[in-house]
Amino acid sequence: MSHEEELAGAANAVADARAVRSAELTALNDDYTAKYGFHDPEDYFLKAPKGLNHEVVEMISRKKNEPDWMRAVRHAALDTFRAKPMPRWGDTEGLDGIDFENIHYYIKPKGEQASDWNDVPDQIKKTFDRLGIPEAERKFLAGVTAQYESEVVYHSIREDLTKLGVLFMDMDSALREHPEIVRKWFGKIIPTNDNKFSALNTAVWSGGSFIYVPKGVKVDIPLQAYFRINAENMGQFERTLIIADEDSSVHYIEGCTAPTYSSDSLHSAVVELVAMDRAHIRYTTIQNWSTNVYNLVTKRAHAHTDAVVEWVDGNLGSKLTMKYPAIVLLGERAHGEVLSIAFAGNGQHQDAGAKMTHAAPNTTSRIVSKSISKGEGRSSYRGLVKVNRGAHGCKTSVECDALLIGEHAVSDTYPTMDVAESDVRVEHEARVSKVGEEQLFYLQSRGLDPDKARLMIVNGFIEPFVKELPMEYAVELNRLIELEMEGSVG
Amino acid sequence: MSDAFLNPDHPSVVFACRGVRVFVKDGDTEKQIVRGVDLTVRRGEKHALMGPNGSGKSTLAAALMGHPSYRVEGDIWLNGERIDTLEPHERARRGLFLSFQYPVAVPGVTVANFLRASLAARRGTEIPVRAFRQELNAAFETMSIDPSFITRYLNDGFSGGEKKKLEILQMLLLKPAFSLLDETDSGLDIDALKIVSDGINLASGPDNGLLLVTHYQRILNHVQPDVVHVFMNGHLVRTGGMELVTALEERGYDWLAEEAAIPEGSRA
Repeated sequence: MSHEEELAGAANAVADARAVRSAELTALNDDYTAKYGFHDPEDYFLKAPKGLNHEVVEMISRKKNEPDWMRAVRHAALDTFRAKPMPRWGDTEGLDGIDFENIHYYIKPKGEQASDWNDVPDQIKKTFDRLGIPEAERKFLAGVTAQYESEVVYHSIREDLTKLGVLFMDMDSALREHPEIVRKWFGKIIPTNDNKFSALNTAVWSGGSFIYVPKGVKVDIPLQAYFRINAENMGQFERTLIIADEDSSVHYIEGCTAPTYSSDSLHSAVVELVAMDRAHIRYTTIQNWSTNVYNLVTKRAHAHTDAVVEWVDGNLGSKLTMKYPAIVLLGERAHGEVLSIAFAGNGQHQDAGAKMTHAAPNTTSRIVSKSISKGEGRSSYRGLVKVNRGAHGCKTSVECDALLIGEHAVSDTYPTMDVAESDVRVEHEARVSKVGEEQLFYLQSRGLDPDKARLMIVNGFIEPFVKELPMEYAVELNRLIELEMEGSVG
Repeated sequence: MSDAFLNPDHPSVVFACRGVRVFVKDGDTEKQIVRGVDLTVRRGEKHALMGPNGSGKSTLAAALMGHPSYRVEGDIWLNGERIDTLEPHERARRGLFLSFQYPVAVPGVTVANFLRASLAARRGTEIPVRAFRQELNAAFETMSIDPSFITRYLNDGFSGGEKKKLEILQMLLLKPAFSLLDETDSGLDIDALKIVSDGINLASGPDNGLLLVTHYQRILNHVQPDVVHVFMNGHLVRTGGMELVTALEERGYDWLAEEAAIPEGSRA
């Protein structure tokens, strides 16, 4: 078999898998509400009253039996949160819709964290079964954590990785079991006062993932976390910290969903990554929030000498997403990539992008941002590329591609370049296109109905993103896009 | 010509149209491009449509396929069935095919995925991977297209010749009842012209028909049409055989315009 035939075979296999999923989908005839929008009856061990104050912060910390230093960090962060103005970067008007007093900041589900799937409380188990989590773990993951509301309810990691010294657990456990590592890195990449939402997260954080990969260890298949909001007016504030020591590599994937409610929920995570010399971290997010979730996430990575950090970020759903994964290239020849797609439907604003700081010579970076706006959806690219003084010989490229479906869809681009050196290669490209009448007619003239033709064009548009995903995620994402595209005539 | 008297839904007729007029939006008004075309193509026949630049040949072909930019009056039959109210994909599924003068690129969609979806739509059933791959490989060989194109994105960065070959490859795979071939010969070198012509001949059989829109004699020497029409000013002004092609090649279009009493300003 020639190379081309193999390629064709592989392409066909993917096409097949997609066709099967698509058939399942048609049979199901579901939409977000049917697939993810269900909610379980609320039955909690502890649900903090709505609103945010020092008593709530104290209660969270006490319930978790945290050391004094963490409790002090939380209280100080609450003061910082109150003192900080709303961010000026992003969709600042959209943020005014958040009512911070109408949110539950902490909800602990019944039951303790389980490492055996059978020990997870039935209701929660059913939820994750329905979302396909245990199946995904069996098939292709090296480890899984599942977070329900504020707490991680299930956790497992492949034994051989544990033997190699890989740590993969939720943040609360990490604080108990590896306080020295957590204390060393917590808030060092994203300080409390970085922005109002990082301060908020620091005050009330709960759950999230902690990963430490020792020197030279390559984790060959992905580690995954799944975040699920169930309660109405819930705030989920997970805190994730990943440290890849020298010459190590790791791929972490997270997925997020929430049910559909009439009033808003808030998801405000902080994610800190450290890639030591020659380490490689890839962080993949596929989030599909219901359209009443404010999704305001601060993500930042430090990349040391010859390290590589990649953010692969897929944003579907939510009412307003503001997310700009950042990489600070601290060591020579470090490389950073942000590859993102955003899909904005009616009433949604996806304000996403990237921030790249070249703080050392000969560092390289690439930002590829693709957005789809449908109906009255709005998607924005907001990006910052900064080249510090002394960072000679850097290369950076930014590529923004927007696809509009319908007459009222909106896309805008806010690129900022701040370059302090002259021997730097900077490329920027921005394109906006409509799902064209000629493309549609061409596909229709080959027998594809307009919905299928439109879907094919959209899937083609996001293909450069999808091909970076593991197969199962690629299929899932195509399926989600298919759901978003249903009945999306002009 | 006895064909004009043949009923459009006669079993021996694969494609027919009566009184087709095509209008295009022109600001707030409409402009008429095609002013009444009657056409009857019997099974097994190859027709050529010739005419000067800008006479509306391509508009007619796209309008018959159902292009949304045009408003079309008149009746269109395919295999005895009226198709003029059907959407383009419904016409395609019934066996109408349009080879585009300028095939459209769809980045991110591989040729393989596109062809498989088209075939499934045309045949009304999914094609098993193995069978599809065999069929595809054979078609690529027939059309002398490098197999690496199977995994390339549809028409994305293809040369003019590669695009045209891929159009005819689709004709071979989809096995249409009636094909509209819009200037399939334009932009082809001699070798490519031979491959494309051979492909068209291979796709033609006793049950189907085609209408080949062209400016030039050279493709017609390969394809050998049974009937030749000359289209000017929105009308079919003359119908004949290959001798008409030779006359046009020697004398141009003006003598026909004069015979048809088309005013000089409207001969395009």
